[in-house]
Amino acid sequence: MSSFINGLMRFRRGAWEMLATILIALGVFMLMQPFWMLAFTYSFIVTLVGTVMFIIVSHFPE
Amino acid sequence: MSGNPIDRIAQATPPGVAKRVRGLSDRAIAWLFVGPSVVLLLAVNIFPLIWTINLSFTNFKANRNRDVDYIGLRNYERILTDSDTWLSMQATAHFLFWTIFFQVLIGFALAYLINKKFKGNDLWTTIIVLPMMLSPAVVGNFWTFLYQPQIGLFNYVVQFFTGIDASSFSMIGSVSLAPWSIVIVDTWMWTPFVMLICLAGLRSIPDSIYEAAECDRASKWRQFWTLTVPMVLPFLMLAVLFRGIENFKMFDLVVQLTGGGPGSITTLTSIDLKREAFEKWRTGYASAYAVILFVTVFGLASIYVKALNKVKER
Repeated sequence: MSSFINGLMRFRRGAWEMLATILIALGVFMLMQPFWMLAFTYSFIVTLVGTVMFIIVSHFPE
Repeated sequence: MSGNPIDRIAQATPPGVAKRVRGLSDRAIAWLFVGPSVVLLLAVNIFPLIWTINLSFTNFKANRNRDVDYIGLRNYERILTDSDTWLSMQATAHFLFWTIFFQVLIGFALAYLINKKFKGNDLWTTIIVLPMMLSPAVVGNFWTFLYQPQIGLFNYVVQFFTGIDASSFSMIGSVSLAPWSIVIVDTWMWTPFVMLICLAGLRSIPDSIYEAAECDRASKWRQFWTLTVPMVLPFLMLAVLFRGIENFKMFDLVVQLTGGGPGSITTLTSIDLKREAFEKWRTGYASAYAVILFVTVFGLASIYVKALNKVKER
């Protein structure tokens, strides 16, 4: 966990890609889950932030 | 005349063209070759995407000749608070998850069997891949006949194995069975595709690895889990990626089979999107819908490609 936070602080690709991946996965789950309408409403913004973040951070150093 | 074909082609170039090309740098020549593809890509992919994003912020209707107003994020707000859209997302999730699950499971099992050498191997491979060569519209159409409660073969097969009366249930008319009816047909049609990809993966594993494992007295079970599965995994992931993207935009098969019904239980997002765009003519709204689907598929594909690269690096 500390290496993950350290990677985030030092703008390392691995940690930021992991964060972006979690956001995308969470957004897609929120979009397609049948339990909570509010999660569906905010799903797109979560996926969009994750996807844009993924594109940007994939250019960070290893 | 020189015998070398390259010299002959060079000599065949008209002098005017040769003179013009000779003056170009390598970079310019490279752009000359790549240029048409880039222009085509911009015209066919990038421009429509930007135009769709632009339309998604408007109240544009393609069948009305009137002024277009920019309405900000209102289309997105409407879509993301609409319970019907939410239901179609759930129907898509159900369809995606189960089709991919069954196709991978059955496709891998078939590939594993076909990879074993036996008599009639090639004939069986041909028979198995036949469904994926058919048109989805045709498949949808003839499965509606197979699913007919009175005359359909499917119901009689179910009756034969389970004893349930063939005319007592309707696969495409029942709210609880209709989602499964489209899963069954898509699995029937596209499992051969997954099988072929898995077969390519299985045939790429050298026999020497298994021979080494035999020397180390590894059991068949252990060989399967520690050699076969990890080496086929990149191929399997590729198959899942292809099928995931394809099924996310599945349209023709489901329209022919159930038309999105009964009610809206099998209305997948692509069907919903088409109705918004070309039946209700809410072009701006449909554009926003398309952008949401695009971002979702793009995000998923990004994660997936990253995972695929990691597996290949191992």
